Amino acid sequence: MTSFLPPAQKNWWAVPVGRQEIIWIAIALVWCLIMFFMMPLWHVYGNQNIANEAYKVTPAKYQAKVNEMIEKYKVREETAMKIPVVAPPDGADVYLLARLWQWYPMLELKKDVTYRLHLNSIDWNHGFSLQPVNINIQVVPGYEMVLNITPNKAGEYTIVCNEYCGIMHHSMLGKIWVKE
Amino acid sequence: MAQFRQCPDTGLFFHKEAENLMKANAVAGVVCLLIAGILALLVVLTRWPAVHLLPADTFYMVLTAHGVCALIFWVIFFEIAILYFAGSTLLRSRLATPRWAWAGFVLMIVGAVMTMAAIFAGKSSVMMTSYVPMRAEPHFYLGLVIFAVGALIGCFVYLGTLVVAKNEKTYEGSVPLVTFGATVACIIAIFTIASGAEILIPTYLWSIGYISHIDPAMYRLIWWALGHSSQQINVSAHVAVWYLIAGVIFGARPMSEKVSRAAYLLYIFFLQLASAHHLLTDPGLSVEWKLFNTSYAMYLAVLASMIHGLTVPGAIEVAQRKKGLTNGAFEWLRKAPWDNPVFSSMFISLVGFGFLGGISGVVMGTEQISIIIHNTIYVPGHFHATVVIGTTMAWMGLTYLLIPVLFRRKMIMPQAAKLQPYVFALGMSLVAIFHMAAGTLGVARRHWDMGFAGNPLGFEYPATAYLLMGIAGVGGVIAVVGGAMFIVIAVGSLVFGEKLQKEAGLLQSFGFPLADSAYTDEKPARLPMAPSEAVEAHHDESSFEAPGTFILAMVLLVSFVIYYFINWKYLSEVWGLS
Repeated sequence: MTSFLPPAQKNWWAVPVGRQEIIWIAIALVWCLIMFFMMPLWHVYGNQNIANEAYKVTPAKYQAKVNEMIEKYKVREETAMKIPVVAPPDGADVYLLARLWQWYPMLELKKDVTYRLHLNSIDWNHGFSLQPVNINIQVVPGYEMVLNITPNKAGEYTIVCNEYCGIMHHSMLGKIWVKE
Repeated sequence: MAQFRQCPDTGLFFHKEAENLMKANAVAGVVCLLIAGILALLVVLTRWPAVHLLPADTFYMVLTAHGVCALIFWVIFFEIAILYFAGSTLLRSRLATPRWAWAGFVLMIVGAVMTMAAIFAGKSSVMMTSYVPMRAEPHFYLGLVIFAVGALIGCFVYLGTLVVAKNEKTYEGSVPLVTFGATVACIIAIFTIASGAEILIPTYLWSIGYISHIDPAMYRLIWWALGHSSQQINVSAHVAVWYLIAGVIFGARPMSEKVSRAAYLLYIFFLQLASAHHLLTDPGLSVEWKLFNTSYAMYLAVLASMIHGLTVPGAIEVAQRKKGLTNGAFEWLRKAPWDNPVFSSMFISLVGFGFLGGISGVVMGTEQISIIIHNTIYVPGHFHATVVIGTTMAWMGLTYLLIPVLFRRKMIMPQAAKLQPYVFALGMSLVAIFHMAAGTLGVARRHWDMGFAGNPLGFEYPATAYLLMGIAGVGGVIAVVGGAMFIVIAVGSLVFGEKLQKEAGLLQSFGFPLADSAYTDEKPARLPMAPSEAVEAHHDESSFEAPGTFILAMVLLVSFVIYYFINWKYLSEVWGLS
């Protein structure tokens, strides 16, 4: 009955620790260190890392960049709402804007080509959740994040919003097409 | 003059004022659990695709209320009761400044009512996290601040009680391990509440127009110092409850006081860094910052939990072996009192927290793996394993223990009580596992319609995702049934349970004092140190004292390693990101 009584020894810290615990602590510590070093190792050898690149930006400025890109690279419009579809050149800066309740514009990318994808919200927090590949990035208003993305499979992809953003949150979708 | 009564069954001493406060806080907590459970049913029945019960606006309101009521109000009310128990009852000390403690309790009630009223008025459906610049009504934030002030008073009453106990020499030697653990919870609680004040007070001022702008990224950073650390209060407190129940049921002693306390110390140093877990895919934070913080400085807090994961069942095993249950590796566990809900709740809490909650938490808190998990329904799957199977089930086990001891009532429906932990654990494990599974298929959390009905852009998750969400829905209903059984048994016992003491009337079950005849003015004898022969028997150099536990720990480790690398494999298959 000692878990809720004072320790049996006044100098409990001097009582030697059993072998079993020492071995377990050693094993657990090694595992903890392996898990820790996996992360920097993946930064060196892995292909899925979030770059450290972000800028403070105002909604107006970001909107202007998006509009400029659409003007240059628009290829068609989709749905009754006439949402522009943009096909940027290889390696280009691509600006994707999140707002209540839309991802704007739609993108047409090429497989195995790397783009600089800029993400920003002009109102509330949103969640960039690319399906079905399942890449999830937080989109915070006021911060323009830059990711170098390389699609590895052709097909139609949907951007779901997975950060709650008000009453029509569940209707917020966007599209990316990846061509061979 | 402080008055005490001694429980004739357990020998525990209860200070009159402390006893009433424990009852009031525990009952308030259970009321919050009841509300949270009803809301949980509505959430479950809406996210179950085949049922899809509520309209969108009601769903988001109910989800906000469920999160706040369960994650904040239920656990913290109960934690305050635990603090008073660990400080006053376990140390045989009077509670410091009971009037302040009552003031704190009243503030917590006022704050809780205020915030819940704001949510149910319908204009504060901002989720528990209330990320700016989404705006709730001012009294949503104000209620949380008032609740936190009340809880902070409770923390300081606890610390004051430690001082009183020390000065009045109510115990010999050092404080018991359970009290040590409660103190760690208290320290983390103070850090948590300070972080909450730092962000919620400015947000309140912003909501009434005194501050023009709050940086959304900064909000997330500081809010999570509240949001995640508050869950670390739960971890510290429920580990203390594990040790307590192991001691009460088995007479178990800690395998090593030094190891267990050192592990708790690691919690104080490192647990709070976990704010980063929520920010791994955020802009504006450096990789170095993310790595250091998300890993609690090289996983030292994970190490602490892995240590407790060995020493808690290890302590039980050693105690059981001493009683002669020495056959094979697991006789001690097979012949444990599985029909005693105090034990079964506690042991399921331990195993569920480690295997489901712990492993998934570390995996999703890995910087890069967060990319394939962040904000999917995997996240609620994970924290229902930690906070519900882990914390809530530990609280339930403690409640079963306290009904006769603290409330002096015999538990009603003992057969149902035997079953309750298993029903609840089954349901909640389905919720946790199948939400996690659906999350790996990309299903979003906090989302009303995974079918995107009527959306011109159209998107369908794979059919498997619907199946998984359906199973999680069934699990959720089972869990609600298990939770309802708990409420009926706990509250029913307070109202209808046989009185173990004639003074324990109806009002006395809800915080009113027992009649004076139950108490004496006599100061309890000083709490002695544990008998020392309990410690000598071990440290035989050649063999392990708890071999069965070691096997269980290795099973945990192997599952951990396999699951960890499976997720790296998943990650390596997605688009290149740099």
